[in-house]
Amino acid sequence: MEAIPVRIVTRGFGETSRRDSWWVTPVAIFVGLGLFVVYATWAAFQNAHYAYGSYLSPFYAPEIWGDSPHAWFGPKPDWWPSLAPFSPALLILPFPGLFRFTCYYYRGAYYKSFWADPPACAVGEPRKTYWGENSFPLIFQNIHRYFMYVAVIFLFLLAYDVWLATHFTNPQTGAEEFGIGLGTVILAVNVVLLSSYTLGCHVARHLLGGLFDEISKHPVCDKAYSCSSALNSRHQLFAWCSLFSVAGSDIYIRLLSMGIISDVRFF
Amino acid sequence: MATATFKIWRTHSSAPGDGTYQTFQTEVSEGMVVLDVVHSIQAQQAPDLAVRWNCKAGKCGSCSAEINGNPRLMCMTRMSQLNLSEPVTIEPMRTFPPIKDLVTDVSWNFRVKKGIKKFKPRQPDAPDGTWRMAQRDVDRVQEFRKCIECFLCQDVCHVLRDHNKHDEFIGPRFFVYAANLEMNPLDTEDRVDDLKDAHNIGYCNITKCCTKVCPEHIHITDNAIIPLKERVVSRHYDPVTRLLRMFK
Ligand code: SF4
Ligand code: SF4
Ligand code: FES
Ligand code: FES
Repeated sequence: MEAIPVRIVTRGFGETSRRDSWWVTPVAIFVGLGLFVVYATWAAFQNAHYAYGSYLSPFYAPEIWGDSPHAWFGPKPDWWPSLAPFSPALLILPFPGLFRFTCYYYRGAYYKSFWADPPACAVGEPRKTYWGENSFPLIFQNIHRYFMYVAVIFLFLLAYDVWLATHFTNPQTGAEEFGIGLGTVILAVNVVLLSSYTLGCHVARHLLGGLFDEISKHPVCDKAYSCSSALNSRHQLFAWCSLFSVAGSDIYIRLLSMGIISDVRFF
Repeated sequence: MATATFKIWRTHSSAPGDGTYQTFQTEVSEGMVVLDVVHSIQAQQAPDLAVRWNCKAGKCGSCSAEINGNPRLMCMTRMSQLNLSEPVTIEPMRTFPPIKDLVTDVSWNFRVKKGIKKFKPRQPDAPDGTWRMAQRDVDRVQEFRKCIECFLCQDVCHVLRDHNKHDEFIGPRFFVYAANLEMNPLDTEDRVDDLKDAHNIGYCNITKCCTKVCPEHIHITDNAIIPLKERVVSRHYDPVTRLLRMFK
C-alpha cells in the first residue's frame, strides 16, 4: 500500500494503562457463554425429560427421530450405528449452535473472552501472530448466511411448537382442549426473542436491503431493511435474551418432566 | 479548586517507546477538560511540553490522546469523568510513531486514504449537470460523513495497535471512508475487490473497540465494516451468488 513502514512498540499480554475494571465484561461473557455451552451439551446428551405433554424443549425441536410423541418419523432408526450416541438434540443442535458461533456479535465477544484477541480494548495481547478472519480457519465464518437460512426455517418450526403447546389433554375426559399454560407462554416468548435475534442478523439486514445503494427504489425492501436495522441495533441484547430463553425453556420442561415442579394452567 | 496529579508522557527522542512519565500537580476546577490541564501545565510548569490541538470543541480531531489508557479527545474529557484521587495518565496515541510528547505522526493515515478509489459519480441526471437523490438514500451515508479524522479508532484497533499491520490493513477510519463512497447512491466505482485483497477487511475481527472510542458515535462496526464484509461475502465467498453470477 505504501513504502514507509510505521514503527511502533507493541505491548505484552495484559499490559494497559487502563484503570477501570476492563476485565469484568470479558470474564462475565466467558462465564455466561461457558455455562450455556456446558448446559446445552449436557442437556443434548440426556435424551430424556425433553418433552412434557404438548411441550417440547427447543433444544430438541424439531424432533426428527425420538421417543416422544413429537417425533416426526418415530423412534431411533435401525440403521443408526449402535456405537454412536443417539439423541434427537444431537441431530439438530449443530444448526442453531453454528448459527450463533458464526454470528458477528458472538464472534466479536468470544474472540475477546475466549481467545484474548484482544482481551479488552487497548489491552495488550498474548500472541504476536495474527490472521484474523482473512485466512483459514476463521475465513469459514463467512458461511454465516447459510446458518441464518436454516435458523429462519427453525423459527417456523418453533412457532408451530407453540401452537401445539396450546393443546392439552383433559385428565377427566381424555379429550383434547385448547389452553394456555406457563410453558406455552415461555415457549412463545422464546420464539419472539429468537425471531428478534434472527431477523436482526447482519446478514438478514444486508440481504433484505443493505445491498442496495438506492433503497428508495425498492419500497418493500426498504421497509424490511428498516425493521431489520431496528432489531439489529439491539442485536447484542437479543443475542443474550434468546440464549437465556432457550436454556430457560429447556430447564422448565425438564423440571416438569422430572416431576420436580408442576405446570401452571392459566386457562 | 482542588489539586490533582497528572502523569504526562514525555519523549526523549522520536524513537518509538523512548520516553518516561513526568508527574505534575496542578489546580483543577469543575468544568475543566484535560486539554485545559495540559495547557495550564504548559503555561506554568513545562513550556516545552508538546501538544496538538486546534478547535477545543471536539470538531477538528487534533487532540487525540490516551487518558488513563483510553483513547479519547483531550478537549472532550471533563474532570468529572476522571477519578482525581489517583494520578491521571496522559499518553500519546501508541499506534502511530511519536514526534514529541503527546504529538504523534499520523501521516500514515493520509497515505492510506490515497489508496482508496475516488468517488466516481454516474452521468448527471438533469441536462443542467445536476443529480437527484432521495433523502432516504443519503441518510445512510450521512452518518459516515460525521468523521472528524481524530484517528482514535485507528489507535485502538488491535490489528494496527498490537499487530502492526499498517502495510496491509487500512483500519476502521478508512472502512468508514470506503463505506461512505461505496454506499453513496451516485457512486459507480467498485471497491469490493480492493476491500478484500488490498485493504484486508478480513483482518477485522469485529471486536468493536473502534465503535466504542469514536467521539462522533459512528457505528463503525455495525454500519460500515460488517455491511462491507457482507458485500465481500456475496461476491467472493457465497457459492450460490457466485454461481448465479456465472449464468448472468
Ligand atoms: S471492530 Fe475491527 S476495525 Fe474495529 S477495532 Fe475491532 S478489529 Fe479493528
Ligand atoms: S470514525 Fe470516529 S474515531 Fe474514527 S477517525 Fe472518524 S471520528 Fe475519529
Ligand atoms: S450477525 Fe448475529 S445472527 Fe447473524
Ligand atoms: S482540539 Fe479539536 S478535537 Fe480537540
